Amino acid sequence: MQNFIPAQTGLNHETELLIKQSREGACGVDLPNVKEFKLKTGQNSREKIGLAQVNEPQVIRHFVRLSRQNYSIDAGFYPLGSCTMKHNPRLNEKMARLAGFADIHPAQDESTVQGALELMYNLQNWLGTLTGLKGVSLAPAAGAQGELAGMLVIKKAHEVKGQGHRKIVLIPDSAHGTNPATAAMCGFEIKVIPSDADGLVDLDLFKKLVAEHGTNIAGTMITNPNTCGKFEKNIIEIADLIHSVGGYFYCDGANYNAIVGKVRPADIGVDVMHFNLHKTFSTPHGGGGPGSGPIAVREELAEFLPSPHVEKIGDKYKFAKPKNSCGKVKGFNGQFGMHVRALTYMLSHGADGLQKVAEDAVISANYILAKLKNNFHVPFPGNCMHECLLTDKIQKAKGLSTFDIAKALIEFGIHPMTVFFPLVVQGAMLIEPTETETRESIDNFINIMLYISKEIEEGNGDKFHQYPLSTPRKRLDDVRAAKTPVLTWSELQ
Amino acid sequence: MRYLALTENDRKSMLAEIGVSSVNDLYDAVENQFLLKNPITGLPLHQGEIEVEKILQEFAKKNRPASSGPFFLGAGCYKHHIPSAVDHLIQRSEFLTSYTPYQPEIAQGTLAVIFQFQSIISLLTGMQVSNASMYDGATSLAESCLMALRIKSGKKNIAKYNDVNPDYLDVCKTFLDLNSAKLQDKIDEDCAGVVVQYPDFYGNIPNLAEVRKKCDEVGALMIVVVSEILSLGLLEAPTQADIVVGEASSLGVGLNFGGPLLGFFSCKKEFVRQMPGRICGATIDADGKLGFVLTLNAREQHIRREKATSNICSNQGLCATAFTIHTSLLGEIGYKKLALINHQKACEAYEILSKIKGVKVLNENFFNEFTIEFSKNAHEINQKLLAKNIIGGYCVDNKMILAFSELTSEEDIKLLAKELSTILN
Repeated sequence: MQNFIPAQTGLNHETELLIKQSREGACGVDLPNVKEFKLKTGQNSREKIGLAQVNEPQVIRHFVRLSRQNYSIDAGFYPLGSCTMKHNPRLNEKMARLAGFADIHPAQDESTVQGALELMYNLQNWLGTLTGLKGVSLAPAAGAQGELAGMLVIKKAHEVKGQGHRKIVLIPDSAHGTNPATAAMCGFEIKVIPSDADGLVDLDLFKKLVAEHGTNIAGTMITNPNTCGKFEKNIIEIADLIHSVGGYFYCDGANYNAIVGKVRPADIGVDVMHFNLHKTFSTPHGGGGPGSGPIAVREELAEFLPSPHVEKIGDKYKFAKPKNSCGKVKGFNGQFGMHVRALTYMLSHGADGLQKVAEDAVISANYILAKLKNNFHVPFPGNCMHECLLTDKIQKAKGLSTFDIAKALIEFGIHPMTVFFPLVVQGAMLIEPTETETRESIDNFINIMLYISKEIEEGNGDKFHQYPLSTPRKRLDDVRAAKTPVLTWSELQ
Repeated sequence: MRYLALTENDRKSMLAEIGVSSVNDLYDAVENQFLLKNPITGLPLHQGEIEVEKILQEFAKKNRPASSGPFFLGAGCYKHHIPSAVDHLIQRSEFLTSYTPYQPEIAQGTLAVIFQFQSIISLLTGMQVSNASMYDGATSLAESCLMALRIKSGKKNIAKYNDVNPDYLDVCKTFLDLNSAKLQDKIDEDCAGVVVQYPDFYGNIPNLAEVRKKCDEVGALMIVVVSEILSLGLLEAPTQADIVVGEASSLGVGLNFGGPLLGFFSCKKEFVRQMPGRICGATIDADGKLGFVLTLNAREQHIRREKATSNICSNQGLCATAFTIHTSLLGEIGYKKLALINHQKACEAYEILSKIKGVKVLNENFFNEFTIEFSKNAHEINQKLLAKNIIGGYCVDNKMILAFSELTSEEDIKLLAKELSTILN
């Protein structure tokens, strides 16, 4: 005891894994005792599981302490490009917890869940009206599943038309990894469209690919605005080209926040698109999920949508399976809890507010671009949409990379932007401020970026190699984690 | 509008700094005819909390919550009591409003939760490794079939050993079709994997040793799917399996009209590099302190693109957090006890219902769910129960699958028995 020196933690408390805090006999719930009875499992009852034994105060303290080791949008600026980390309204959370939504079973008789079906029907209508794509399915569980469902619709449409031989999908090199992964899952063959000097789909090469593969093309998957932060200015020509050979235009809606209420995707030739309700429509990211990835398609493709889909017959709502459905992609009815949150958000903003969302997101990104363009390399000319793309080219000459800039931002209290993506430029930094950040907060970020740039410029950047220093953990050893994977507490010595 | 952070003055001065006169100038890449200058018509304009809340309340009122009367539905989605601490903790901003933990220095909270989630799933299933979660049991099973096809690359089909949740099978079919793989009943040399639901869709508990033997005879992987994870607090762990997947939403997550739920995915360690989804691993930081990171990323879409093991990106992070908190509260003692209580409730119901004339109980063994059969269509009987404010079981032809839990009261069971007896006799 005499040698005991307390750790100087202040408010930065540590907490051990619960298994290390386990004490024989502790339990965090009180359950009634069970009288002896004969089991009807046909087995002996399980002996040991190996779970921790802790009580409620321990559990609360453990998770509260853990939570304090996380950055969050509620606590600070989170400009992750193509991730749309916007404010998550608490009204959404309150509504999703109403017993009439949270406490209903997916197999209940439809007469007992008319309100839930009506809500889904309304959400379908919102998404259809915003995009001009009238066939909507809420079934997909997340963006990647929306992509899958969308590509299944395209596949099915070709098959039904006797065009099942179409195996080629054209995807830009700036696309999210989920695009090629999804197309491959569907059995398509991917042809990569290179980007041009403006960060757009190279139109000449696109034409060449279309001419080369012609009627073997199933479609193209294009993110618009793209991940270089640009609106594809040749989009009408691209859509016409793909349609000219009988292919479909799939739009990845990850960046829809830039154009919601400003551009109707149907007007620019989109046939199928997915939404990330957890991006554009403010449902929380929850440290990785749940998301929700509805899709909208042109009316003539609606018969191929995944099931279920909500229809209104008379004054009754019911689940229906589209005539030539591409099948089921998720169990039950999709991420209904996210549907409640997204509709709450849409009703709060209204058509007018959603348009402002896009405009403000675009203003804020361009403002950052204008303020940083003299200090960081801007790979593509012109203004941006709701995110701006910079690279580390200037800083690299002084020995510091995007990685170091990201870690320096952490030290200065900002969550880094998306780094090393898109892959079309070296050392990418993709910055998406969203419409929910005040000008003061954006200015603070700009000042920090300018400070980092100045320090590097003046030869004082070496310190950033060690950053972050003030975080619960310093730089972590990824190589060690991958080389000898320790994936459970049982493996932890 | 309350969620917008810029004032009109901010917009003006920021546009001036950018060097344009109007926000529409920033949309110069959009052909003018397609740029909407006014809000889209046919949709309402913005509203305050009071108005929006009212609209949502109206929708909610038209639904009949499970807690508002006797309730016996299960079939892949189970209602249990969720301790108050769970919802309180998952609503903490730091869990609710953080992104996927790609920057580990400021995401140790989420990462430590995932690590404990993986540990708990592995203990429950008897597998060595688990991933950070999948969308739900159905997609988790579909992904496990694809994984079996990857590992046993010479084989082209998947077999099912017993009655698997039809919703899961629908989703599996969508995924298997893409690989030109069939889901068959026959277990033969063509099978990369054999799926066994434990307990099965009708509540029966299969003999897993027998399944293992059949898998070995044809060189197939054994895939166990569990749709009620609480059952693993009473039943033997499916250690014979190669892959154990399923649904974990019964703890911490709740019904949510079928989503969000919580898929889990666990397997033997030798297959870890074929797993879909995110995985968290332990490591050390620059000071040698224990910490966590996302690891084995070379399987995933953001690195491998079209060669990834799956296209999954977002998972069910917050649901996994809720599960981890609920399971931690239960702990070794509570988990087993809750499972036992669930079984006991089902046993009580079994005794009472099997005495009713016109009811035949089909199960010899079960966990918290079993199937009864009538001489007429079960849907019609269910409608009559509904008229008495009882939500009956899941109906398949003349069969009704009934689920029981710690929330089922003795009165609920007696009321169900009384009404069934009236309807049938």
